Parts: sequence; structure tokens; C-alpha cells
Amino acid sequence: MPIALAPFLIPLSALLLSSVLFGAFVWMAGATPSDVYQSIYRGAFGTWYSWQNTLTRAAPLMLTALCTALPARLGLVVIGGEGAVVIGGLVAALAGIALLDAHPMVALVGMALASIIAGGALIGLVGWLRQARNVNETISSLLFNYICIAILNFLVVGPLRDPETLNKPSTHHIGETHMLGYLGDSSIHMGFAFGLIACLILWILYKHTTFGFAVDMVGGNARAARLSGLPVRKIMLLVTFMGGAAAGLAGMIEVAAVHGRANASLNAGYGYEGILIAFAARHHPLAIVPMAILFGGIRAASDLLQRNHDLPDATSLVLQGIIFVLVLASEAIYARMAAKSGYKS
Amino acid sequence: MTGLALEAINVSKRFGDLQALDRVSLKLKKGGIHALLGENGAGKSTLVKCIVGFYTPDEGEVLLGEHQQLISNPRDAHDLGIGMVYQHFTLVPNMTVLENLVLARPRLPSIIDWNKERMAIAERMKGMPFQLPLDAPVNHLAAGEKQKLEIIKQLLLDVKVLILDEPTSVLTPDEADEVLGQIKDMARRTGLAVLMITHKFREVVLYADDVTVLRRGRYVGSERVGDVSVEKMSEMMVGREFSGTALAREPAADQGVKLAIDALTIEDDSGLPAVSNLSLTVKGGEIVGIAGVSGNGQRELVEALAGQRPTTGGEIRVMGERYRGERQELLRHRFHCLPEEPLRNASVSRMSVAENLGFRCFDRPPHSIGGFLRRRAINAYAQRLIAEFKVSPANTAIPIGNLSGGNVQRAILARELWDQPNVLVVANPCFGLDFTAVAEIHARLMAARNAGAAVLLISEDLDEIIELADRIDVISDGRLVYETTPQAADPIVIGHHMAGHAGEPHAH
Repeated sequence: MPIALAPFLIPLSALLLSSVLFGAFVWMAGATPSDVYQSIYRGAFGTWYSWQNTLTRAAPLMLTALCTALPARLGLVVIGGEGAVVIGGLVAALAGIALLDAHPMVALVGMALASIIAGGALIGLVGWLRQARNVNETISSLLFNYICIAILNFLVVGPLRDPETLNKPSTHHIGETHMLGYLGDSSIHMGFAFGLIACLILWILYKHTTFGFAVDMVGGNARAARLSGLPVRKIMLLVTFMGGAAAGLAGMIEVAAVHGRANASLNAGYGYEGILIAFAARHHPLAIVPMAILFGGIRAASDLLQRNHDLPDATSLVLQGIIFVLVLASEAIYARMAAKSGYKS
Repeated sequence: MTGLALEAINVSKRFGDLQALDRVSLKLKKGGIHALLGENGAGKSTLVKCIVGFYTPDEGEVLLGEHQQLISNPRDAHDLGIGMVYQHFTLVPNMTVLENLVLARPRLPSIIDWNKERMAIAERMKGMPFQLPLDAPVNHLAAGEKQKLEIIKQLLLDVKVLILDEPTSVLTPDEADEVLGQIKDMARRTGLAVLMITHKFREVVLYADDVTVLRRGRYVGSERVGDVSVEKMSEMMVGREFSGTALAREPAADQGVKLAIDALTIEDDSGLPAVSNLSLTVKGGEIVGIAGVSGNGQRELVEALAGQRPTTGGEIRVMGERYRGERQELLRHRFHCLPEEPLRNASVSRMSVAENLGFRCFDRPPHSIGGFLRRRAINAYAQRLIAEFKVSPANTAIPIGNLSGGNVQRAILARELWDQPNVLVVANPCFGLDFTAVAEIHARLMAARNAGAAVLLISEDLDEIIELADRIDVISDGRLVYETTPQAADPIVIGHHMAGHAGEPHAH
């Protein structure tokens, strides 16, 4: 296999193999694989309506994927996107409530800043614990997820609850006029543009700036980076902060564009799915965009699978899980190819 | 005890376009040391890998002993009693000497009776050329002791053929003499056949019985060591007479102190003092050499100077200003550092050669403007450096980890010697390099000195220090214990100070 094509061919074959395995799974569950795939296609990409659904769901996924993909460049495996979404959404809702009387633009900027700072601080703390106390970043970020979810649940059920929300305890509403708008006359909210722009900016930052170069040095060999006088700690803190900020912004989008309030819906697995997308995209900010759309499509088609094929609720999770395992397994192929091409005389 | 222990006949091996070995033959006799001499890339390692069955030769064969047994895989080689000591240690650092020795056995019982093993190994140790404390953890051993442990590990397996890959590259001259002397005695006594890869003529002349020379994968010849001069050997090795031109040391213009270390204290990884209250100054146009046995604080000192390790006391001043290893200071003062093991310490193996060469310049014009990289400018810069320093292959796009060790060294040297350093810290710059590369690196260090750089050379190779330095300091247990000049230097006296036997010159 030519090396230049490997980054495309390997994930593609992993996806193909995943669909074969998933086909076997739905067949055992009593459905016809070809019909199921047709439904997924229709639910995700078949019509303009389903496209809008898909892209709306892809918006937070792009941002949560960045939460894993950015620190990955430093060799860190951060899985705290879910916690950052939750805390970002919660803080955004608080900011929105505090700015109820402000101009909508001011309110939105305030909410966005609050969510960026909260999410960034959370994952930045993970980075700090790693370099100052040598705490494993994967474990700490995972545990922070539970802490953030618990904080959210405590606050929306307790002190911050809007008494009018009966079925689903939530905070007060941020005000209809302060909601994030839509792109043109579609039903895709502005969050999709946020995600797209964030991926693009971070790609440029990593690929074309001296900052990205320094991140590569620190991630590739911190000793060499120190030899060159780079502030390794600062760079680590900054990169983990940026990752958390992206996921925090995803939480703000969910509040400001979808729910209007902070509640348990923030904890809908966008953060966890982002991990999967980051790995499937091999932590490349631009490759995250199509991967997020693909996974957004699977989410969007999930209802249709239940309705049309009597498949259980978790079916789309099975597909995600199969893809994740195979994509991770295919990483080994890169390692083997690198070993082969690295022949030394 | 004579007779052939092993014979390689017309061995050829090709990797892609590269003919790594071209009909190479070698006869290894029992009871002596056979040196395998050649420059980097001459095919020494490939030949040895064919002998131990790691590679299968494309043509030719390797036969062992009188029965002419064929070796075709590592298992055969092992079963037939071939043992190899690699250039890099293959010990488990956090296990003890005893555990490492037991672990090396190919077939271990499921339950190990440690008391029995300890007694058996202690008994057999008595017949070994060197002694080691069985309960010492390997990570507390000095490099020389680790090398001895590697050799004992093989000898305990009752090998008949022992292959040593540059065994003295990590040893002090004293240690090297001891190790090789003992191995030679052992070979004489027991009929062990030793094949030693090296490029140090001194070791060949003093310890080897026979020598085989390879050049660019070709067999040049085999000789009895007594019958051939060093000049002849170097000619065989590089294909031309080696002119040992003395380095032009220009009289130093007094440039003032450029590097000052004042009462520096540094801790090692476990928080114990590695360097205590160390002070020294280096003037422009001067090379100060720090000699010492490895593990006496040199690594921590270099790491502190390189900004890779915090200091716990004292200070470093560069060009009269306090120095903390921050990038702005490093670039402003033109402070350069060439640590040992450049792949581990000074480069990012997965980044390209061009990027690695750009570490000092990527964030300043014209290599970047307004925070945006100009890769074309970085690439052009790298092209100039690799042309000047003859890095091979001359391809700046491949990851630097794909280059051979010598070429990584060259590339990093290019980066650190470029741009007229004011201060240059160099640690063991010639580790494992062949002698043309060594001569070139020495000449470049001298040229940097002559151009006014303050050079601090930290090396375990005493000959190198005596050749290059204007002043020599000896480090022992984290302190500078002795100072001399190359003119007055007596290797024996320096050796005693290195060993920490300052007041008792006969305590050897």
C-alpha cells in the first residue's frame, strides 16, 4: 500500500469492516441488513430534512472531538469532553440567566466566554495535574466527567431549578430572544458554523504556525523541546485549556441553540462520542469534520431504526462501538508500516 | 587450543538497493579475540546479525565448529553457544544483578528457587573474570558494571562464541582495559572465541589477535594483528592513508568569561545530590574539558545546562546574565548545547530532518513571519546545513528517526554549531562514531573555539579531552576534584582522581 494513501485507506477499510459486522448484528436481531443500511442512509443523508438533522448533531461532536484531538498532539489521552460539555453548558446557562436583560449579542458572547473558560479550566486542570503532580490525564479526565455530571444534577435538581420544569428538572430559561440563530432558512443552528470554524482555525494553528510547531516538538520529545528553551509546562496547559474550551463551547451551543436551559440533556454522550471521532480522524482537525458528520448521521438515523425495524434503542451505540474498536485496532497497522519504512542501514 | 570456532563463507546480504554485505568471509579461531573493524555503515552489524541468525544471508553460509553446523535462525545460534553483547544495554533496570542473570536463561522453571539460584550463581561467579554484587539493582550500577554484567550474562550461558558490539563505547579507558584484558585472559584459558566489533585501533592493537576489515559492505582483508601497522589498518578501513593532522589551536584572544557556573547544586531523579556546589568559568576562545567516570553527575550537569532539569542551588550565568534556559535567553546569548544521545535528548524522531534542523530558528524571520511558519525558508535553511555538514541521505523531508545514528549526530551538530555560538556545551559528542567522523567533529569543535566560543566539553573519553581542551577538570561524585592542563596532564593521575582516590594514589 502506498504510504501517502494509508491515512485514507486504513480508516475506510475499518469502516467497511465495521458495516459488515454491524450487518451481521442486525441480521441476528431479526432485521434485514440491506434495509437497515437504507434506513440509516435515509435518516442521515437521504433528504434535506435528514441532512439538517445530521449537521445539527454534528455541531457539538466536532467541538468535543477537538477536546481529545488537541491534547493528543502532546501525547495526552484526554477523555474529559463529556465533563467539559456539561460544565460549559451549565456555566453558559448561568451566564445567560445573569444577562437576561442585556443585548442578545452581549448575552451570547458572555455565554460563550463563560463556557470556554469553564471547559478550558476543567481540562487545563487535567493538564496541570499531569505535569505538576504526574496524575494520569486519562484517569483524571474520566473522573472529572462524573464530578461534573454530579454537580450539574445537584444544581438543576436543587438550588438552580426552575420550579416550572416538572418532568425534566432544569435551570431557568436564558430567554427566547437570546437563543442562537439558524444558518439561513435551514434548521441547522449556528453551532455548526462554530464547529466548522473551530476545526479550520485549529488546523491552521497546528499546521502553519510557530505555536503548532512548538506543540509538535513538545509532543514528540519534551526533552528536546526543553533543550530548545520552549516553555513546556505553559504549552501543555494552553493546549489542554484549548481542548476543554472547545468542548465547553459545545455545551454552550447545546444550551443556547437547542434546549434554552441547562439540564440532564447536556449529558447526552457528545463528549464520549467525540473521543471516538478524534481517534477515527487520527486527531487531524480537518478529518474531524467528515467523521463528525458521519457520526451525527448515525445519531440522526437512530429513531428511524427503532421505528422501521423494531431494533432496540441501543442499536446505533452498537454500530459506534464496533467502529471505535476497529478504528483503534487499525492504529496498529500504522505502527507496523512506520516500523517497515523506518529501515536503517 | 586452536581450531576454528566459527566460519562465515562468502556471506552476501542485500536490502532493497543497498548491498549491505558483498561476499564477506571471516574465520574465528578458538582462544582469542578477533576484531571486526570498519566505519559506520561498513556492514559490521549486518555481518554479525547474519552470524547470530537474525538475518538469513542471500548467499553464502555461516558454519559453527568442527562439525560445520549451519546456523539459520537465532534459536540455532543460541543452542550452538553463540552469545552476543549488544552496544545498548539489554538489562532490566529495576531488577537486581541476580534476577537479571537468572532471567537470561532460555528455559526457566515456573517456580524459581532463589536460594538455590543465588548459591549456584555465586559459585560460578568465582570463575568469572569480574565480580558484581548480586543484590545490587541494575539501575544503581555504573555503565562499566552494566557492561560487565552483560558479558557475565552470556558467559553463564556457557557460550563458545562471544560477540561484543563496540563493548568499550560506554567505558572509561581504565574500565575498557580491565574488561578487555580479562576477556582476553579468559579466552586464552578456556578456548572461548571472541568477535569484537570496534573502531578503536588502540583496542585492536592491544587486545585482538586477528583483525578483519570491512569497507562499504566489502571484505577488505584479514590479518594477524602483529603483522599489520595502524596506518595499514586505517588505510584498509577508509581506502586512503589517514592523515592525523593536528588540530589548529589558535592562541586565544582574551574574550572574557562567557559561561560561569556558581555553586551549582543539582539533584538526581531520586532527589539525592548529583552535583554539589560546583563552580567553574569558561572564557571565550577556550575549551574546558570535564573528565570523569560516567554516573558522577555529568548527566545531571548537562541536563541542568540544557534546561531539562531544575537546579536546587547556585546559578548559571551566560554572558554575564543569569541564565534559566528560556528560549529568549538561549537565542539572545547564542547559547548552544549538544547533549549525548541526540535522538533521545535533542531531536524529535517523527519530525522531519528540516523541522529538526529548524528548532533554533523556526520562530524568527525569515523562517516564520507573524507567527506563521514559512516552511520553504526552513527547508532552504536545512538544505544549507546538511550540505555543509554532509548529512546523508541529503533529504530534508524524511523523519530524522530514519537516519543512522552517526547522521543524526551530524544533523544535530549542524544545528548547534551553526550561527556562531557564544557558548557551546557538548557532552560525549563522539559516542559510537567512527574515526573519520570523530576527527571531523573534533575539528569543528576546535573551529568553534577559535571563532571565540566558550566550549564546555563533558566527555568520558579522556583522550578526547586531552586532545581538545585548554583546561581539564575532573568530576567525581558531583564535585570538581582536580584541575590540570593538557600539557601537564598525566592520564594515571587523572584516572585516580576520576576514581575518587585523590589522596591515595596506590589504592587501585
